[in-house]
Amino acid sequence: MSFLFNSFSGWKQYCLDHNISLYEAVIEYEIAQRGKEEQAIWDGLLAAYQVMRDAVETGLREEMTSRSGMINNGAKKVYKHPVAVLSPEFQKLISRALAAKEVNSCMGRVVAAPTAGASGILPGTLYTLQEIHRLSDRSILEGLLIGAGIALIIEEKASLAGAVGGCQAETGSAAAMAAGAMVHCLGGTVDQIFNAVAITIQCMLGLVCDPVAGLVEVPCVVRNASAAAIANSSAQIALADVSAVIPVDECVDAMGEIGASMESKYKETAMGGLAATLTGQDISKRVLIQDIEMLPDEDLPE
Amino acid sequence: MSGKSSVFDMIGPVMIGPSSSHTAGVVRIARAAIRVLGAKPDKAELTFYNSFARTYEGHGSDKAIIGGLMDFKTDDPKIKQAFEIAKEQGLEYKFKSVGNASVYHPNTIKLNISKGEQKVEVIGESLGGGLINIAFVDGFNADFTAQSHTLIIKAQDISGAIAFISSVIAQEKANIATMSVSRKGKNDEACHVIEMDSGIQAITIEYLRSIPWIKQIIYIPDIDL
Ligand code: SF4
Repeated sequence: MSFLFNSFSGWKQYCLDHNISLYEAVIEYEIAQRGKEEQAIWDGLLAAYQVMRDAVETGLREEMTSRSGMINNGAKKVYKHPVAVLSPEFQKLISRALAAKEVNSCMGRVVAAPTAGASGILPGTLYTLQEIHRLSDRSILEGLLIGAGIALIIEEKASLAGAVGGCQAETGSAAAMAAGAMVHCLGGTVDQIFNAVAITIQCMLGLVCDPVAGLVEVPCVVRNASAAAIANSSAQIALADVSAVIPVDECVDAMGEIGASMESKYKETAMGGLAATLTGQDISKRVLIQDIEMLPDEDLPE
Repeated sequence: MSGKSSVFDMIGPVMIGPSSSHTAGVVRIARAAIRVLGAKPDKAELTFYNSFARTYEGHGSDKAIIGGLMDFKTDDPKIKQAFEIAKEQGLEYKFKSVGNASVYHPNTIKLNISKGEQKVEVIGESLGGGLINIAFVDGFNADFTAQSHTLIIKAQDISGAIAFISSVIAQEKANIATMSVSRKGKNDEACHVIEMDSGIQAITIEYLRSIPWIKQIIYIPDIDL
């Protein structure tokens, strides 16, 4: 069973052979791996989705200022702003992705999906999709299972960690999970779901991880919003059967290849990109602890 | 990590932000440490090393460790108010930063914690994704992950000790995942650290405690429960 989440083509083939849908294969996988009851899986997913919804609402309601001050109630400002650039729905989407991620930056409770740095993307997209299309919780939970399947394959073939693959691995993977989940929730086919994943990865490839002062705040929070927007644009494209041309498995390979050749200064070390700008360095001096004892060499602990 | 990931590694874990290595991992180190102490401490001195030395405050690892010392779980929203709650509970604490302890893992914390006369020094590492390693306990090499059930036995360094201890645990049908022994000083003391897949009964621990050459037993069941 575990061969299943080595590739998208393997996942699809398994579903064809057994005449089941993508999310059912994920349930089978989880049961086989962890010996869980199916109901426990649904319960766990519902609990996770509830934490996601709470994060969106908390971020739009409560005071959200990080200790560095870089995050300061941005989601609420976007939510309340009188001008909607595209539509009120788009405004809500962006503010919700920001909100859940701000909760993460401000020591609130979130679901790391797939990681803490990308924890605003699934909440922002799925909350908004559910509201617009009046979807059942069950449908969203199926979407989460598909998102999990997508992440399992990316983890296997590339990486989900900013420190290993750059930000494409974190916010890129979350956007791919969201796009696949959304297409499923809107009744898309397997090919459309995989196309949405492929298109999303194509849009997020190469993104480096360069958090200012090493804190998961700037640019992480705004990237959760842009990744949510990209997930929506990819879903829109994929639902219309527009092909990604490069198959999804090969897109993930490309992500892995790019991640592997990325210099380490772009992998969460806060040595490159935005972190290395003049302002980034100033902020870093201000927020990081400077009063550090340095041990004389011979005095190192045993 | 061994084996394949779970759906709930992808959609999860539920955690307190901002990052699993700076929050969840740190909370778990503290939860392991108070179990080594055998009590919630009333005094704590926390030293953050290397990469943690500069970033612990910005990432809220200071609140995470205080929360963990009060036995908060990794997903407890009260972690954000850990300082206020510590004040109410009478936990005194002090933080220190040491920048260049190259012998330690980049994200290392030393905890000197005490409750009345009881005290212990624990050195823990946050490995990412909330995983931890407890590297040292009172100067002994410990190296356990606290992911399952752990038994720490300080004993005289006599021959046959390892075989004896493993046979007692085998009676419980608990699977030993890892077992290590480290020795320190001239007083012939050995520290056995045993990680087991399942828990063992209090009566077994009492039996071990009654063995004359065994000096101290610390039993740490699953720290996430
Ligand atoms: S920039 Fe780095 S820390 Fe921030 S979200 Fe992206 S991968 Fe995570």
